[in-house]
Amino acid sequence: MSNIAGTKSSLTWVVQICTALMVFLWLFPTVGLFVSSFRTADQIASSGWWNAMFPTEQNLTLRAAAADAQVQVGDLYVIEGNLYEDGASSGTISVWGTSSRDIAAYQAGETADLEEDGMLTVMANGDYRIENTQEFEGRRGQRVFVSAETPPQFTLQNYRNVLFAGNNTDNMAKAFFNTLTVTIPATIIPILVAAFAAYALAWMEFPGRALLIAAVVGLLVVPLQLALIPLLKLHNEIGIGKGYLGVWLAHTGFGMPLAIYLLRNYMVGLPRDIIENARVDGATDFQIFTKIILPLSFPALASFAIFQFLWTWNDLLVAKVFLIDATGETTVMTNQIVELLGTRGGNWEILATAAFVSIAVPLVVFFAMQKYLVRGLLAGSVK
Amino acid sequence: MHPALQGVITIILGVGGCIGYFYFSNQLLDKVIYPAKGPNIGRNINRANMIRPWLFLAPAILALGLYLAYPVFETLRLSLTDRSQGGAFVGLANYNQMFGEPKFWEAMRNNMLWLIVVPAASTAFGLLAAQLTDRLSWGNIAKSLIFMPMAISFVGASVIWKLVYDTRPVDQDQIGVLNAIYLSLGGSEPQTWLTNPPWNSFFLMVVLIWIQTGFAMVILSAALRGVPEDTIEAAILDGASPMQIFFKIKVPQIMGTIVVVWTTITLVVLKVFDIVFAMTNGQWETQVLANYMYDKLFRANDWGLGSASAMIIMLLVTPILVWNVYSARKEMR
Repeated sequence: MSNIAGTKSSLTWVVQICTALMVFLWLFPTVGLFVSSFRTADQIASSGWWNAMFPTEQNLTLRAAAADAQVQVGDLYVIEGNLYEDGASSGTISVWGTSSRDIAAYQAGETADLEEDGMLTVMANGDYRIENTQEFEGRRGQRVFVSAETPPQFTLQNYRNVLFAGNNTDNMAKAFFNTLTVTIPATIIPILVAAFAAYALAWMEFPGRALLIAAVVGLLVVPLQLALIPLLKLHNEIGIGKGYLGVWLAHTGFGMPLAIYLLRNYMVGLPRDIIENARVDGATDFQIFTKIILPLSFPALASFAIFQFLWTWNDLLVAKVFLIDATGETTVMTNQIVELLGTRGGNWEILATAAFVSIAVPLVVFFAMQKYLVRGLLAGSVK
Repeated sequence: MHPALQGVITIILGVGGCIGYFYFSNQLLDKVIYPAKGPNIGRNINRANMIRPWLFLAPAILALGLYLAYPVFETLRLSLTDRSQGGAFVGLANYNQMFGEPKFWEAMRNNMLWLIVVPAASTAFGLLAAQLTDRLSWGNIAKSLIFMPMAISFVGASVIWKLVYDTRPVDQDQIGVLNAIYLSLGGSEPQTWLTNPPWNSFFLMVVLIWIQTGFAMVILSAALRGVPEDTIEAAILDGASPMQIFFKIKVPQIMGTIVVVWTTITLVVLKVFDIVFAMTNGQWETQVLANYMYDKLFRANDWGLGSASAMIIMLLVTPILVWNVYSARKEMR
């Protein structure tokens, strides 16, 4: 439309800024979670993620080495080391203290008199030295509260914890595979079933066809909440109980109206000649379907596949009702995250990472297949 | 067994079973029951072709009937029975009991609010985004980025926004963006956004609006592209301002699409459960119908009440259902 007179408006820059602002607003929350998933628990808790790129003033609680690290120098017992020894963080200490009530009692380089616990000196880079005339005792080392200028730091440790840390409760690996096990058949089965049905509704003559199409359109809007109780009862009665089979069947049923609707709309638009020629040449409907219609319908199949994939991957309700039993063996990622929200509500490093693990796959699919997704949306909503 | 391996085996069984059905049932029809050879070849082929549509349709009809049509009636029946009396018919007792619960009316009130705010806001933002990105050189990138939340699960989105709404004590640095902004604008103390009714419901709605705007944008921008250029050209020649062109020429012409988008988002709102479940679980007066129903079903273990509230959701979508079928039939003629 740029060739129309008058469209080159002086408002162009306003449009540019408004769009940029909107994109920024829409992206900002997700970026926050993404950045947070690469920060340590200390960092997340002590500063907003938007500060992650800049050095920050942090208050940390660090610990000197325990008594078994002491060495005897002359008649003094000495423990020496660096407060940042565990490598989790580093920074430039400005002030420090030995009591939680006064965490800024000393400047870096000053020496604190801990009375019977000796003399403690902390340098700006975290080096410390404790001297005492008596031998140190006790299992744990001296606590030191420091205020430090901490450089930006990012870590992959969260992802290691969430994905590979053996059998701890925050582990997402198992939930990841469970989600895949739900998603792949729950995407393929409805496509197969719906494609055959859509072909029948589009190109085969039989009584009651119009009624069936109307039924499919009507069922598009039936809320799946209605299905929960009757079908859970049914599943229990016929012995499926809660499990993969049940959740596949449920997703197949719930995805079916949209699948048939999208695919039928597409197949009706295919050229009649091809199908009739094939019929004249003696092909059966099964052959026409598998050899001609299926390959030609690829765009529609792809767009529905993406919908169904995103929907089953992101689903919580169906999995909660039809899949996850008391053992929790078959939990999916969305459910795992909800549970983490309950039990680890404040542990943003785990929450953010777990959420990002579950978001990553749909995002990749989304950006790779966006073209088909848009096509499917347009086919389904606009005539 | 390794979960991955177990997954692969279940997948092969599941998908294989489905392919097997279509292949072997057609083979059976063509080779065994009505073979396309011998003296009755013509009759056999005709008969096979009469049966085949139903062979193709059978699994779909079964799935639709069992998972969508049957539950409508079964849930209606269950809503009229009482589980604690062994499923005895109790008439409208469940509905009576439900209407007597303040939590139900809270859910209704909130749901109505959601139904007004979310579709309206998503459509408006979608329209704005569609119009803004229409002529930009980087419009497509902007569109993908606004569209992106569509791919994120409601649960994932809840985590994302919980971080935005996070509250820390007054003497610590805020890690939630909203509080950080609020304080830097002169707010006195950090707010707990999700526990202050009635505003907390709106903060939950923001999450759904954020997700649905991209959907509205994609469809509306296609519709905007479809507006005939000569009508716009004529308006420009008559001296219409960009605002007038947008509201008086473009919007009326895409009204049909706006209605479709509006209805689709309305449907999503009615069914949405995850956001409230994950963020507040209906506490602090944020209950909505879908979550109320889940509570009744799986926490209170009351089938009667749960079914009754499911029927209320069904009642709310019925006008859309009728309208859908009506317009589909009109199109097909």
